[in-house]
Amino acid sequence: MKVILSLGLIRGLLWQLLGTALGIGFFTLVRALLGLPSWEAEPAIVVGALFGALFFLLGVGVLNDWLKWAAGEPTEDHVDDSHLGWRRYFGPSLDHKVIGVQYLVLSLVLMSVGGLFALLFRTELAQVQMQFLSLDQYNTLMSLHGMVMIISILMGIAAFMNYLVPLLIGAHDMAFPRLNAFSFWIAVPSAIILLSSLALGGFDTGWTGYPPLSVRAPIGIQMFLLGVSLSGFSSILGGLNIIATIVRMRARSMTPFRMPIFVWSSLATSIISLTATQLIGLSFQMVMLQRLFGMSFFDATKGGNPILFQHLFWFYSHPAVYIFVLPGLGIISELLPVFVRKPLFGYRWIAMSSLGIALVGFLVWGHHMFTSGMAEYLRVPFMYSTLLVAVPTGIKFFSWLATAWQGKISFETPMLFILAGIVVFLLGGLSGPPHAVVSTNLHLHDSYFVVGHFHNAMYGGFVFPFFAAIFYWYPKITGKRLSETLGKIQFWLMAPSFVIMSLLMMRIGLLGMRRRIADYEPAFGFEPYHLIMTIMAFLTALGVVVFFINVIYTQLKGQPVTGNVWNSRSPEWQVPSPMPVHNYERELIVVGEPYDYGSPGSRYVKFVGEA
Amino acid sequence: MRHFIVVALLVIACTFLTHTAITSIDILPRKASAQAIPIDHLFEIQLWLISFLFSLVTVTLAYSLIVFRRRPGDVSEGVHVEGNTRLEILWTVAPLVTVIALAYLGARSLSEVQRADPNALQVEVLGGQWFWSFTYPEYGVTSDELYLPVSKQALLRMTSLDVIHSFWVPEFRVKQDLLPGKITELRVTPTETGEYTLLCAEMCGTSHAYMVAPVKVVSQEEFMAWIEEKISQAKLDPVQRGRKLANQYCTACHSIDGSQKVGPTWKGLFGSLVTLEDGTSVIADEVYLRNAIANPNLQIRKGYPGNVMPNFGNILTESQIEDLVAYIRSIE
Ligand code: HEM
Ligand SMILES: [Cu+2]
Repeated sequence: MKVILSLGLIRGLLWQLLGTALGIGFFTLVRALLGLPSWEAEPAIVVGALFGALFFLLGVGVLNDWLKWAAGEPTEDHVDDSHLGWRRYFGPSLDHKVIGVQYLVLSLVLMSVGGLFALLFRTELAQVQMQFLSLDQYNTLMSLHGMVMIISILMGIAAFMNYLVPLLIGAHDMAFPRLNAFSFWIAVPSAIILLSSLALGGFDTGWTGYPPLSVRAPIGIQMFLLGVSLSGFSSILGGLNIIATIVRMRARSMTPFRMPIFVWSSLATSIISLTATQLIGLSFQMVMLQRLFGMSFFDATKGGNPILFQHLFWFYSHPAVYIFVLPGLGIISELLPVFVRKPLFGYRWIAMSSLGIALVGFLVWGHHMFTSGMAEYLRVPFMYSTLLVAVPTGIKFFSWLATAWQGKISFETPMLFILAGIVVFLLGGLSGPPHAVVSTNLHLHDSYFVVGHFHNAMYGGFVFPFFAAIFYWYPKITGKRLSETLGKIQFWLMAPSFVIMSLLMMRIGLLGMRRRIADYEPAFGFEPYHLIMTIMAFLTALGVVVFFINVIYTQLKGQPVTGNVWNSRSPEWQVPSPMPVHNYERELIVVGEPYDYGSPGSRYVKFVGEA
Repeated sequence: MRHFIVVALLVIACTFLTHTAITSIDILPRKASAQAIPIDHLFEIQLWLISFLFSLVTVTLAYSLIVFRRRPGDVSEGVHVEGNTRLEILWTVAPLVTVIALAYLGARSLSEVQRADPNALQVEVLGGQWFWSFTYPEYGVTSDELYLPVSKQALLRMTSLDVIHSFWVPEFRVKQDLLPGKITELRVTPTETGEYTLLCAEMCGTSHAYMVAPVKVVSQEEFMAWIEEKISQAKLDPVQRGRKLANQYCTACHSIDGSQKVGPTWKGLFGSLVTLEDGTSVIADEVYLRNAIANPNLQIRKGYPGNVMPNFGNILTESQIEDLVAYIRSIE
């Protein structure tokens, strides 16, 4: 019992419960004192949830050091909490590697929850008419699936950026370790608040939360809006931290164009999350205020404008889709040279293309609104800017092809996932331009084709590279290597079934299947397609189950591996696994190019004092 | 060099193969409007582009994976090539030119899609949770089916009663959102007679999936005949008219057979004792029904959320509400 209570996570959860109750009580009391009818559910619950989040942070203890600073008390720097063993993963550790793993676990948990939602409503879709879900249940699961998966992706990329960036640049930690811990721990109560919408009537707006629908939705929507707004802090502060770390903490002589390519993509990603995330927070908070106080930002009958929301929302959410994929594309560029044993072709072009995507990505949000009724003259300029994104994206593809050309290619599990990532992202990229061109968009918008498009983009740009990264760095993290056999089983379960599913999504979308519908017209003849898609979804999910089996199996039975498993040039593999607490004992010096495979005797890094 | 020639040939072959494979199945629904012509034309161009780029990447990649795979026992490294600026410039500029050309074609086709006919038939489209309603102001006719004469441009002036909806008939290709408090326009020129389905494409709440309406494209004569019939129908008895109105606006949320929907059932409603949210009870007489339709939030039924049903007082005329009351009365 004592051990359990000593875990920050458990304390945080208990405190969150307490805080929520206190918040509700406090709010009701204030109302009573003001002489208002004391019980009003919606604002009480919102205040409760806010208190709950704050109390969670207090309970976990991530605020302790800051509170001490405020009180003028000293705190310890560079704490070594490794004596806590596994328990430090459940508390507010300041070690970026621990935080990386915490993010990773949270990401996998959320991915499983969101995936489960998808399996539920996917099963409902297998046949026409409603079988076991009500319309509202379907809509809630569908909406939550979207947002839970997005948060899972944000956690997943934060996991690898946190774990890898300091290692790749030879730093001992992130620039702001306490802020780093805060960024992670704020995401936990946010996720809980988001999921609590299930218990509060759900919501039926999809992940986009467009008003006026979101203004009329059940109370559950408030938990959705609040959960997302709070988790935005995680992205914003995480982005800030990564940028500061990259700018300030690189090893000696690591000039910008000698950074590992993943660092470039992390930089581009973080610039977007630092600058764009406020806008989704803002738009969601405006809906919250409209609901709570009747402020009519988006109510046309009172001088508001529903389209304004869409502009604010997409100003974040389009760049956000690049937040999801840039790290994954960085992982592809990072790992490909290792498995083809050749330098990364056109390193500078790839690095710049990430920044290019990030910048152009800010100018294209209107392509989600071609049919929305926004000013007509905006449609053509947004079409041009959107299509421009294809150029830096193309550079990446061509550079990967040139990297693989005349390599010595081997097919370990990470490489398989990398290849799946490339092909699937290609499908996502090729289905982009038909959306971007206004006149074809008029047919495709809000159809299942869009659903196919972005699932391809996200699986290719995130899911598959994410698993590649897990398989690749698992030995570094744990000192054990995941089973290749199980890894390949997982791959063959996931990749082909996903591709079939996404192609069918696009097919029926073209034929007239709308997105976000709980049931479809029998006359359109979509039923067999939906049945196949449901089966494919289950196969994909089975692949993820095999992954979890693999993790358990490896932890129990896996042999320790400490060396340079993949024969990589990267600095983190030049020291034994698992990584020591403060990373590199000796300072790192860059002495060559990062990806000079095939150039005998050359090295990327060396340690001070090493020959 | 030999590698390049083989890959180039394979890419060309694969491009045609992919294109043929995709076009051998009908990837788009029937094309039934003038606006669909430039749109489908652009789809065809894009399909070539997609087939080519797909083949270029997958064939080159697959070729590398097969031909340059590591043979068992081989521990050597790949060729040491770090890049090639000319190539990089080539594959930056070529896509740039391509996308600019594509955007140019897109802008041209958009202007064709938007081409306006001053003599277009006016139709006012109203969307609400969860129904469609179509008014022909030139004839004073309102219907829950969209009738359109073939080969004549229709100018749809659309608005929404509550949340955002979207007008989509896949065979017409074009789509436009309906906004509350604002009018949006869409022009469609049907080119083929037949029956189609209008779908609401923007998530609009619980019954979004069922927000559909029949679309009938008919000859000019049939269209006029239908208009005549509609006008004479307006003189039917009140229960009949009420039933029509109910099917259009109400039955998405109210059942007439006692089954549970968003709103209370109408079965046996007239004359029964209903409990309101504040605990009081009233008899559902004509006055109650009239108010419940025109201004539903005045008297909220216990167990049903307020602010869900629109104020039909703003949408229907007095006599239409009377017709609805007559109809509800007639349901045992
Ligand atoms: C060449 C690259 C791409 C182009 C030209 C492109 C274009 C578009 C366009 C125009 C839309 C709006 C479709 C509509 O709703 O009418 C769209 C939707 C979407 N795209 Fe992309 N896209 C590209 C790549 C990506 C990437 C890399 C991602 C990353 C994950 C992505 C994720 C999404 C998502 C999530 C949506 C749907 C948003 C929603 O409505 O819920 N796309 N894309
Ligand atoms: Cu976008």
